[in-house]
Amino acid sequence: MRYLNRLDSKIKQYEHGNFVVTSVDKFLNWARLSSMWQMTFGLACCAIEMMATSASHYDFDRFGIIPRPSPRHADMIIISGTVTLKMATRIKKLYDQMPEPKYIISMGSCSNCGGPYWEHGYHVLKGIDRIIPVDVYVPGCPPRPEALLEGVLKLQDKIRNQSTYKKNKA
Amino acid sequence: MNSNEIYNLLKSFFPDAVIDYKDDKPVEPYIIVSAKEIDKICLFLRDEENLQFDYLSCLSSVDFDNDNLAAVYNLYSFVHNHKLNIKVIVPKSDPVIKTVSSVWNTANWHEREAYDLMGIIFDEHPDFRRILLPDDWEGYPLRKDYKVQEFYNGMKVPY
Amino acid sequence: MAELKTETITLNMGPQHPSTHGVLRLELVLDGEIVLEVKPVIGYLHRCFEKHAEAMTYPQVVPYVDRMDYLASMNNELGYAVAVERLCGVKVPEKVEYIRVIMAELNRIASHLVALGTYGLDAGAFTPFLYCFIDREKILEIFEITCGARLLYNYIWVGGLSHDITPNFKEKVLEFVKVFRPRIKELNDLLSFNKIFIERTANVGVLPPEVAINAGTSGPTLRGSGVNFDLRKNDPYSIYDRFDFKVIVGNGEMGTVGDSWDRYMVRVWEMEESCKIIEQAIEQMPAEGNVQEAVPKRIKPPVGEIYARTETPRGELGFYIISDGTNYPIRVKARGPAFCNLSALPLMSKGCMIADLVVILGSIDIVLGEIDR
Ligand code: SF4
Repeated sequence: MRYLNRLDSKIKQYEHGNFVVTSVDKFLNWARLSSMWQMTFGLACCAIEMMATSASHYDFDRFGIIPRPSPRHADMIIISGTVTLKMATRIKKLYDQMPEPKYIISMGSCSNCGGPYWEHGYHVLKGIDRIIPVDVYVPGCPPRPEALLEGVLKLQDKIRNQSTYKKNKA
Repeated sequence: MNSNEIYNLLKSFFPDAVIDYKDDKPVEPYIIVSAKEIDKICLFLRDEENLQFDYLSCLSSVDFDNDNLAAVYNLYSFVHNHKLNIKVIVPKSDPVIKTVSSVWNTANWHEREAYDLMGIIFDEHPDFRRILLPDDWEGYPLRKDYKVQEFYNGMKVPY
Repeated sequence: MAELKTETITLNMGPQHPSTHGVLRLELVLDGEIVLEVKPVIGYLHRCFEKHAEAMTYPQVVPYVDRMDYLASMNNELGYAVAVERLCGVKVPEKVEYIRVIMAELNRIASHLVALGTYGLDAGAFTPFLYCFIDREKILEIFEITCGARLLYNYIWVGGLSHDITPNFKEKVLEFVKVFRPRIKELNDLLSFNKIFIERTANVGVLPPEVAINAGTSGPTLRGSGVNFDLRKNDPYSIYDRFDFKVIVGNGEMGTVGDSWDRYMVRVWEMEESCKIIEQAIEQMPAEGNVQEAVPKRIKPPVGEIYARTETPRGELGFYIISDGTNYPIRVKARGPAFCNLSALPLMSKGCMIADLVVILGSIDIVLGEIDR
């Protein structure tokens, strides 16, 4: 119950039954945002910070983020590093393999806009958003683990406010 | 042995293929040899008793000047603890060098890289493809006159 | 019984694969479980370092050098700084040399910790990874206090350093060394001498010394094969000739000389040696000195070229720099140690099992940023 209260303070609980009343949207969103499985996928230097974030000191698991090796198990992908043109087609493929709903965090300047390689990087894709949609951009080169965690929290916010019902109606 | 002695030795064995010896500070001394016989010279350098260059430290490609490309070989010997630099200069119109990948295994990937980025062609290389860039890439990026392509596979390349 | 017809299959491993340490792709030709041929396909992280270097002035190249081998940025910077300083004939102050050595060795430990931790992961042990990262965070903290960055520092400049050390730097480092020493033993108990781990790694991926030299390997991969060669000893740069440390070589304690366990163990003991160097450097370091005294206002090396090599955690990092007398280099070629080490992978892994291939790949400790540059 404690957890459900977090979901919505106005949640209704009945005294004798084991049930609560809430809206479908809120329930789904709650389930989604508290277990975002992430695809294990490192690209460049930022991946090291991502690893550090999931290791002992910063601990990703508290947000329900568990690395999964296969895109078909994953809800979220963190693009952590420089996307080269040779890699870009592969990332697109991986993205297409993920089941809906899927979320993307673009971590680091490189995947936001090309980063330090924007000018002379003939083989660098200047921004992952040229091939796949991005939900949250985390700036930095590399972003500190705290910044990445902030990005994850922002993504959770985003999920909390989305509506499955309205989307389908529209 | 220092580079000068090695040069004299090489000159006596390969009078035609060894072209020049340069030693003007602060440049490290280097020997210029011909592109056609580099493999024989390298084999000699590796196997000769008092040279024994068994380690290829580095192989770099250079856009030498307007008409020429160069490949630079930095050699080292574990046995005798001495170093040697060798340069091969080829014209841009016909940049063909004999491969040394049968002498040192390291050269295999280095030569592929030199081809990939600079467009030097290594003759008789066992597995001659691009290494870093995709196979369908156009041009050789490290040449000074390289122009980046506008689109690759539908993705815009410049910023 | 009639002969069963078999045929080989080609399997693709990577570029998105948890055990390829980044974006490496391997093309395997398999006969059942047995690997007949391995073809590494690289270039998925080719970030055009050499092109960038040609468009930048000499000091501007340093941040890009950082991003090559992002696990050991300090060592990369040191390599580049040594090369350019030799080319221009700059002499750096004593204090700077000592700080550089301390930083480089700390970074060597940090890099080895990642290598060992993830090697445990490859072999199926998760806990060592967490243990290693605890200690690594401590090193990163020291770096952060000194220069403000956790991973890519831009700290070692040509001719000097970007910041002086903080007043309590020495105590902090000594404290780390004191805490860290017993942790090596802990790691050994946890992983190195674990029976299962030894079974997985000993006698796997043997690389004989002659082959290792011919294939151009360096660093722990070469020393694991029993070749006593370390650029810090054999071709000293900076001030490494002043310190007393051992070069660790593989001795085939658990199997054959040059197997994966040897390569792993070389890294473990190297951390111990790095601790020794750090202690000596802290002791000898002069207190006074301006770390930016020798930084040239404009770096314009004379016309010339140089190949300078230094020892990073992965091996021989060489910079081949050509200058034409302006403040932009004509050509900077980086010889990445992992590039050459990886090219020896097909030689090591002929005839092994697929599961062993992962172990062999982990034991050469590649960093794709440096292979592809
Ligand atoms: S943003 Fe910076 S740290 Fe991240 S991948 Fe790019 S260069 Fe590396």
